[in-house]
Amino acid sequence: MSLRKQGMTRRQLLSQSAVFGASFAIGSGFVAGRVEAANWALEVEYLSSETMATLIQMARDIYPHDQVSDAYYAIAVKGYDTAEAAETIEANIAALDAAAKGIGYARYIDVGWERDRVDLLRAMENSPFFQQVRGGLVTGLYNQKAVWPIFGYEGESFSQGGYIDRGFDDINWL
Amino acid sequence: MTAPFDLNDDSVVVIIGTGAGGGVLANELAQKGISVVSLEAGGRYLPEDYINDEWDSFGQLAWTDPRSTSGDWRVAKDFSGLPAWIVKAVGGTTTHWAGASLRFQDHEWKAKSTYGDVQGANLLDWPIDPREMDDYYTKAETKLGVTRTGGRAGLPGNNNYKVFEAGAKALGYKEVHTGRMAINSAEYDGRMACQQTGFCFQGCKWGAKWSSAYTDIPKGEATGHLEVRERCHVMRIEHDKKGRVSGVVYVDAKGKQHEQKARIVCVAGNSIESPRLLLNSASSMFPDGLANSSGQVGRNYMRHMTGSVYGVFDQPVRMWRGTTMAGIIQDEARHDPSRGFVGGYEMETLSLGPPFMAAFLDPGGWGREFTTALDHYENMAGMWLVGEDMPQETNRITLNHDIKDQHGLPVANVHFDDHPNDIAMRSHAYKQGIAVYEAVGATRVFPTPPYPSTHNMGTNRMSEKARDGVVNKHGQSHDIANLFVSDGSQFTTGAAENPTLTIVALAIRQADYIASEMGKKTL
Repeated sequence: MSLRKQGMTRRQLLSQSAVFGASFAIGSGFVAGRVEAANWALEVEYLSSETMATLIQMARDIYPHDQVSDAYYAIAVKGYDTAEAAETIEANIAALDAAAKGIGYARYIDVGWERDRVDLLRAMENSPFFQQVRGGLVTGLYNQKAVWPIFGYEGESFSQGGYIDRGFDDINWL
Repeated sequence: MTAPFDLNDDSVVVIIGTGAGGGVLANELAQKGISVVSLEAGGRYLPEDYINDEWDSFGQLAWTDPRSTSGDWRVAKDFSGLPAWIVKAVGGTTTHWAGASLRFQDHEWKAKSTYGDVQGANLLDWPIDPREMDDYYTKAETKLGVTRTGGRAGLPGNNNYKVFEAGAKALGYKEVHTGRMAINSAEYDGRMACQQTGFCFQGCKWGAKWSSAYTDIPKGEATGHLEVRERCHVMRIEHDKKGRVSGVVYVDAKGKQHEQKARIVCVAGNSIESPRLLLNSASSMFPDGLANSSGQVGRNYMRHMTGSVYGVFDQPVRMWRGTTMAGIIQDEARHDPSRGFVGGYEMETLSLGPPFMAAFLDPGGWGREFTTALDHYENMAGMWLVGEDMPQETNRITLNHDIKDQHGLPVANVHFDDHPNDIAMRSHAYKQGIAVYEAVGATRVFPTPPYPSTHNMGTNRMSEKARDGVVNKHGQSHDIANLFVSDGSQFTTGAAENPTLTIVALAIRQADYIASEMGKKTL
């Protein structure tokens, strides 16, 4: 497939610290499936863009945070876009699509309701593939510093002298 | 003699490990003019090196050499290769500990006499009278600068504490305060006061929390009587034909093996590595491992009954701000069998950042039930539950010959099954912890399962009779007079309290004993 050209080095993902509001210049054939309508982009080298789009949807369905954009889920799963992982990932996403066909949809990402997609995932939650993706997300998603402020978390405070003068005891509703 | 010491110098005391037990013992002996070589498997990290980021810090400090697990505890399923969350560094787990510094209650020194026979539990009284410990506890509190002892002020309460305290008072709990903490509420011993930064578990970048890494170790080194060799992993302890230990073989950072001769060897690698080392030191004279005539080496592994409760509220808490564990409810620490279990538990404030919360809130969990908890992270308060667990002979450290570490040595397997008393206590503690938060309006609560063990105790237990344990009341092995155990593995029973203060007090006491016996030439 055209994405798997020899010597391709353009795996680079949008920078983790980049402002996701900006559009990214992308070469033809390097756009993940869902991103045409969004304002960020992920280049894939070994996986098909459709597979990457499905993987991103699967990641969101495993750890759904409505206020967290797809870009962060993409960052969390971009590590599967390698020569070593691609075959297994493609096969497992194909199996997920096959499961979607079983309930009347062409592909997993065509299943409209989250609850129906989650049912498909529940049926495979003990598989090594699911556990690999879920386990990888625990750090891949939640250890992104850019995600922390979305949950209100402030990260390190040592550089600002701690909270001794910045509200360690400022609770006011008790 | 002054440091550094020669490998063939057989007058030195070799101490394996530099944490609460080994680090304190090393300094205490050095202060008395006794020559000490401390061998530390980890590297040296100081406050300027600590990283206020949960996973990066874990990568820097945690002991992540391979280990295996078995038993019905949930850790064996969720974190099968990581039974314990402890540190490989100069200072050991005193870099990571939260600072809670509580004395045992008197009855906890006499668990068997107090609790009676508990089926399946290998209870035993400590061979120590609680009154013998009073002065040593005072010395330990002075060393650590423990708040609310010795006239030192308590720490101020942070947001997480204020929620916890309000809930506790609404329930009628009486013993509620910001803890007795080895974290300075005012400048003490040349170290500054707590700046309410959070990240107590990642090494205190202000040095406000006591750690042997930047207190006892450098103080000992300053005497000229202590040499610390870092990144030196002890592989086995050697003995002579009379069956007395004669030195240790270790591998240095470059992979080169050395033998350091010794007059006395003190093992302080914590309750997983210490028994592993004794077992890995088996010889034709001691085929079951050193100091193991009782067969108790590695047995009676305790990890405390633990669990956490997190509560979500309709308004922000921001629990991560400030001292992580400066908050305690002690009303449930008493022994009161009418609750359906023996022994008691403490409730202590706790906070994890989102990276660790995601890993530990409900390991393996996924979907909206899981993620909506994190969506309200800012409105979350947290507490840790820690109580006495029952020693069981079958909960034990054994050698796993199927897995070798980077030095080719069999790794430790950690087997743990909860005792029915542990389960009954945990279920009571969850109920009370939930009640605390619901009393202040929690809209949702999470009874969170135990994390990989931070309190590891009991695998070289202290006993009056040689047949019942590994070491005597001074931590001296029953079998080999010049072999000591100096860490939490000598605990006979675990008590409800965080173990560090007792480990430190026992190390100070052991230093007095070793110095006295050396003076009398009996060692």
